[in-house]
Amino acid sequence: MATKGIEESRRNFIRKAAAAGGLLATGLLNPFNAILYAVEKPTDPTKHWWGFGIDIEKCIGCGRCANACKEENNVPREPFYFRNWVEQYTIKNDGSVKVESPNGGIDGFVQTVPKEDIFKAFFVPKMCNHCYKSPCVQACPVGATYETPDGVVLVDETYCIGCRYCVQACPYGCRYIHPEKNTVDKCTLCYHRISKGKTTACVEVCPTQARIFGDLNDKNGELVKFLKEHTCLVLKPHLNTGSKLYYNGLNGEVR
Amino acid sequence: MPPQLKTLIPLFGAFIVLFLIARHFLVPVSFGELGHYRFNSIAENKEKAMNYAGKDACADCHDDKAAQLKSDVHSGLSCETCHGPGQAHTENPETVKLNKPDQRSFCGNCHSMNASRPKFMVQIELKEHNPDKKCIECHNPHQPWQLKE
Amino acid sequence: MEPQYQHLYEMLSQVRGFIYPNEVDLQWGLLIVLYPYITGLVAGAFILASLERVFNVKVLKPTYQLALLTALAFLLVATMPLVSHLGHPFRAYEILMTPHSTSAMAIFGFVYLWYLMVVLLLEIWLDYRRDIVIWSQQTTGFKGRLYKILTLGVKDLSPRTVRWDDKIGYFITVVGIPSAFLLHGYVGFIFGSVKANPWWSTVLMPVIFLFSAMVSGIALVLFIYMVVTWFRRQKIDMAALDSIAKFLFYILILDFTLEGLDQIHRIYEAEESFEILSLLVHGPLFLTLFIFQILLGTLIPLISLGILQLYKPKELTRRIIYFSCSLLVLFGIFFMRWNVVIGGQLFSKSFYGFTDYKLRLAGSEGLLWALVWVILPFLILGFLLWLLPPWKKLEESTS
Repeated sequence: MATKGIEESRRNFIRKAAAAGGLLATGLLNPFNAILYAVEKPTDPTKHWWGFGIDIEKCIGCGRCANACKEENNVPREPFYFRNWVEQYTIKNDGSVKVESPNGGIDGFVQTVPKEDIFKAFFVPKMCNHCYKSPCVQACPVGATYETPDGVVLVDETYCIGCRYCVQACPYGCRYIHPEKNTVDKCTLCYHRISKGKTTACVEVCPTQARIFGDLNDKNGELVKFLKEHTCLVLKPHLNTGSKLYYNGLNGEVR
Repeated sequence: MPPQLKTLIPLFGAFIVLFLIARHFLVPVSFGELGHYRFNSIAENKEKAMNYAGKDACADCHDDKAAQLKSDVHSGLSCETCHGPGQAHTENPETVKLNKPDQRSFCGNCHSMNASRPKFMVQIELKEHNPDKKCIECHNPHQPWQLKE
Repeated sequence: MEPQYQHLYEMLSQVRGFIYPNEVDLQWGLLIVLYPYITGLVAGAFILASLERVFNVKVLKPTYQLALLTALAFLLVATMPLVSHLGHPFRAYEILMTPHSTSAMAIFGFVYLWYLMVVLLLEIWLDYRRDIVIWSQQTTGFKGRLYKILTLGVKDLSPRTVRWDDKIGYFITVVGIPSAFLLHGYVGFIFGSVKANPWWSTVLMPVIFLFSAMVSGIALVLFIYMVVTWFRRQKIDMAALDSIAKFLFYILILDFTLEGLDQIHRIYEAEESFEILSLLVHGPLFLTLFIFQILLGTLIPLISLGILQLYKPKELTRRIIYFSCSLLVLFGIFFMRWNVVIGGQLFSKSFYGFTDYKLRLAGSEGLLWALVWVILPFLILGFLLWLLPPWKKLEESTS
């Protein structure tokens, strides 16, 4: 009797261990099914899961996106507050890198390095990465910044206490304190537009279609097509933020 | 039980109860419905006013200009890329007029010579290319290669 | 240009290299330097007091109550710099109502309340209860009424109840030590957990904060003990002073070792951020890090106190050395906080450039407010010493 009991409990134990092992294995394997999101799959694949693509090879550095963003979202015009800006990278022949973003690129760019010294030069538009594992959402002490079910990181400006911890937590410098509201402000992916079926203001005005707004769940959509056809990277991947802002033609110098 | 605890325990109990009552009244409506945030905030973010109307809205009235634009290399541009936000204009076309930028520097935002711009971009040296003229004196911005004489 | 943006335009002209455009506006200034500084003083003073109680270090008895009252005075002010720097100070209660479980900052309110209500206030109350009851019977007027309220109605002075005071008090001190560790280790975690910032993001940050807290708290008690004794024209207890200084010396060694370890690790691993951090410490932080924090705030006190462990000059010399060391350590730890908080925001997260920090006189982040939050705890301490004088208590217990 006693041995039978032990046998049984051992069999149970093995069964349980196998089940646990199986769970663990699938748990470990799951993320690899969805490299596209740099994270696990969105909870409901039938709904929108907004993301953004930027084609550096097409960006001409006109700064219309940065300007339109300020116009659309009533961002203060002073050169310290940007939801969206453009950086100019110039890699010189001696290997040094010069980065500039005068007034976020709104007033246009001039070439400050003589042509003969330039090894390579390009523009990089920047904005909120709408991270899936967003460090700013993680850091907010009161729940005044959050990720919507369709994958947009938003701010509740009636609830933000203005502690600025999220500004510190954002690795991409995408947040600022609104000088009049005294709350944090950031790119909303034009949530008021995209939820009415329109595109974002920056995409609307981009003259070369270097910006792609789209649904990562729409397998035939523009964004997924862009990701399929180009070699895309996200910024600072080692920080594992689950960024949903994908760049084509991203150089290693860009941070 | 020691008399200290007889006093302290109810005191702390009262404190915790007060806290819970305060919490009941101070946690905003709709907080936590979907996640750790005020659910109504999503709707408030959706409600914000639009300033850019979108290219289709412009074409509703200005179909001639839209057709012109489509026929040349600026076909990829939105009207509002140059003319600025137009939502107010669509609502009050008579009173709200959009700007027509005609400075050389504005065209230069895209077309001034800069090594950072991709090669496909048509670029000129602003200082050398007919420096005394406005760009639009020769180029129709809606059809840049239909040069005016 | 509107005047409210003038300082930002000045900052913009100070930028070297490239920074993200939103980084011109430096977010955490002097007040956030004060926050870990004051919290650290609290934790350190409490840990010193606990040494006497839990580990029965009898020689520290003259400073036991003083350390507790110092901790309370500073703890009452600890949240003030935080709240006053908020964009919306009147929304601060939200942090208690809807604390976000994933945020390293959200639990501070609860850690703080636990520490204030459950540890510090209770310990002081239990320690003083017998005296408060006696004083409430001896004193009349405002002070007498205050004592009556403070008894909370527990006026029982039977030996059994007084023994309970001691037992519960001991238990609370035992709970209090990990709480003090929690309080300040946690403040370190607020910075150490920001992965976006390589100057902050180190697993050692909570431990470093803890030990620097102990260093600063012990130095503060040493300083206050000497000043208070001098004010009362009393003879200082050299044995107590010598042993506080000894503890200060030991903890200072630990603190310095840990910080050294952190930096050596950083230098050896030399990650992506290494170049910019190297420029940071040799440039904008050189004065506050190498001169203020390391040389004046650490090495000089370390060497002076170290020498005193081997060789004991006469009392007056020792007192002067202890006094100057305590001030130097307090100065040095202040700049340790400065180097963490301000230093972490001087370089761009793009690692391509630096911004500048200019201390302003007025405004919610200015020097004047900061001075208020530094002076206020001393006023509170003065009041507490008037209300609950430790020396009066000592006389009674020895008589």
